[in-house]
Amino acid sequence: MSNSMDNLQKIKNSLKRRSRSETRFRLYGRVAIAIGLAAVLALFVDIVSKGHGAFKATYIQVDVHYDADLLGITSLADESQLMQANWDALTKSALRNKFSEVSGRRDKRQLYKLLSNGTGFDLKEHLVVNPLLLGETESKWLLADDDIDTYYKSWLEGEPYDARLSKKQVEWIDQLHQQGHIRLQLNTNLLTRGDSREPEQAGIYGAVMGSLLTLMLTLMLSFPIGVAAAIYLEEFASKNRFTDFIEVNINNLAAVPSIIFGLLGLAVFINFFHVPRSVPIVGGLVLTLMTLPTIIITSRAAIKSVPPSIREAALGMGASRYQVVLHHVLPLALPGMLTGAIIGMAQALGETAPLLMIGMVAFIVDIPQGFTDPATVLPVQIFLWADSPERAFIEKTSAAIMVLLSFLLIMNISAVWLRKRLERRW
Amino acid sequence: MKEATAATKTAKDSKSSPKQNLEVDQAQVTVGNRFCENPKMSMRDVNVFYGDKQAIYDVSVDIAKNEVIAMIGPSGCGKSTFLRSLNRMNDTVDGCKVEGEVLLDGDNIYHKNLDVVELRARVGMVFQKPNPFPKSIFENIAYGPKIHGLADSRVDLDEIVEGSLKKAGLWEEVKERLHQPGTGLSGGQQQRLCIARAIAVSPEVILMDEPCSALDPIATARIEELIEELSQNFTIAIVTHSMQQAARVSNRTAYFHLGKLVEVNPTEQVFTMPEHQLTEAYITGRFG
Repeated sequence: MSNSMDNLQKIKNSLKRRSRSETRFRLYGRVAIAIGLAAVLALFVDIVSKGHGAFKATYIQVDVHYDADLLGITSLADESQLMQANWDALTKSALRNKFSEVSGRRDKRQLYKLLSNGTGFDLKEHLVVNPLLLGETESKWLLADDDIDTYYKSWLEGEPYDARLSKKQVEWIDQLHQQGHIRLQLNTNLLTRGDSREPEQAGIYGAVMGSLLTLMLTLMLSFPIGVAAAIYLEEFASKNRFTDFIEVNINNLAAVPSIIFGLLGLAVFINFFHVPRSVPIVGGLVLTLMTLPTIIITSRAAIKSVPPSIREAALGMGASRYQVVLHHVLPLALPGMLTGAIIGMAQALGETAPLLMIGMVAFIVDIPQGFTDPATVLPVQIFLWADSPERAFIEKTSAAIMVLLSFLLIMNISAVWLRKRLERRW
Repeated sequence: MKEATAATKTAKDSKSSPKQNLEVDQAQVTVGNRFCENPKMSMRDVNVFYGDKQAIYDVSVDIAKNEVIAMIGPSGCGKSTFLRSLNRMNDTVDGCKVEGEVLLDGDNIYHKNLDVVELRARVGMVFQKPNPFPKSIFENIAYGPKIHGLADSRVDLDEIVEGSLKKAGLWEEVKERLHQPGTGLSGGQQQRLCIARAIAVSPEVILMDEPCSALDPIATARIEELIEELSQNFTIAIVTHSMQQAARVSNRTAYFHLGKLVEVNPTEQVFTMPEHQLTEAYITGRFG
């Protein structure tokens, strides 16, 4: 009796200590989660606060007179004339008309710097589409230069950054602002153009297309190869030392630093097979090598999770092993395989290092149209912009990161959605 | 002659595993009526190994046409292993090796010319845990006929499905919901679905590996009735843990002990006057 009372007392004494340590453990967990959330939040706040500006660009309203003499052309149908025409003269005369008081070569040169030096080409395209405008005058919003853009945005936010502008330029912008002839507008260039040396004209469409083409190739190659390898290893291969060896190596490959795959691609695909550099084909091949282990491992896990009783049932019915796989194992393992593939693709989408090795880091203005066009990809574009000296590229970089992150988010959400959708609970 | 060689082999084996000596010595030769005329299946000197470990020692026995033979014995005695070697389900187990002859209508099923797909269409199997495919009830039954190309038309297939479900006594319960998942049925219904699935390809032999061990007594009773009905058309080999079940459903009973077939006799005799003292010890509950 006294003994059991004793035990009860001991248990009671230990209760406080035990509940205290549990509370402490929970606290640690919460702190850990809070740190993680804070880091993610800080990242997003930083990127969004820097990058949101890039989705708007500064435009200046001027009256453009489409003067054939000024351009030096007689017909819009003649391509060679269009090529040689002095399109910049249009914007220059428009600016001179707006600020008629400006005189002197130096001042005029500064005046011309208000507008992006690509606006001439924009006007050309506009005129070709609307040929009736030749000889007419039109009031048009034209893209401002990146220094003007940076200044105007910072000025609107109350912290003007005018280090790159002259006093006169600041005055002109002030004047334009009072007249309502300068404003922020949706930056269509960002999502519709390729890279450019001029920050205000640089867009990520080329990089997005490059990523898309590269990923398409990666998916087309790595998913079938990975799934076939996984099925063979799980369902057909006998378990012996050789297959153990292969398994260990696949697991090791998944942990190999990605730049090694870049070196491999450089040595094998470019130097040996002479695949052209900087093109989505070679990028896709390298990323295929990189994502294969991930896809094989996740596919094998998905196949392993199919209950063995289903296989036995089918085998017992006289199904061949191929039929067992095709009719029973694959349909049940598919959601897991797809999830693995999407995670592998997300990994490939964010990969930079191996692509640097195979020349996808080149400065490419044209939008890639096929697998053999030189291209760059989103993360490499981010790297390139982050490396550029122009201040306006800071917000571009953050904007490109936002685009990349939203692609990744979409892919991860679709992975979760696919799994939920296809998963059969029986 | 064959029995004599079996006996010497057994004696050799028992020397190599001295721990088992006492009991194994008593089980050197199978006693009872092992053989019959025109057997559906016959096993001769069957040895099964899992890697280095031997699970079945020199089993020779016949299974007559349209009989129900029950296999009983303590856990780990090899009765399930033996059953699975009758339609080569052991092939899928890594390191499993079968020696000796297993004849189906006189043909060795382990002969390299025999296709295991054909074998399993002729020797069907029902497993311990009901394992319907994660498909509709209809698809479950239709799967076998489909892969073997037994149905010439949709109408044919419908007939096979209906006939199989009727034979398995499940038709009345599921005819309204043929296209709902088979896994939505109760455990007993699932097991009868599995039996219907097995008989849909009209096998000659049905192997049942403790088909009632996961079921409640009422579902068990229904399966036992079903086995009795099926025995008119099929040869059935059933492994069971329940001696009552063996007594109720089988014509003959085989008692396994530590991988050896100790006794095969008509069921009535096994449960009233067992020939071997190990059998007697088991059925009287002294071990098992």
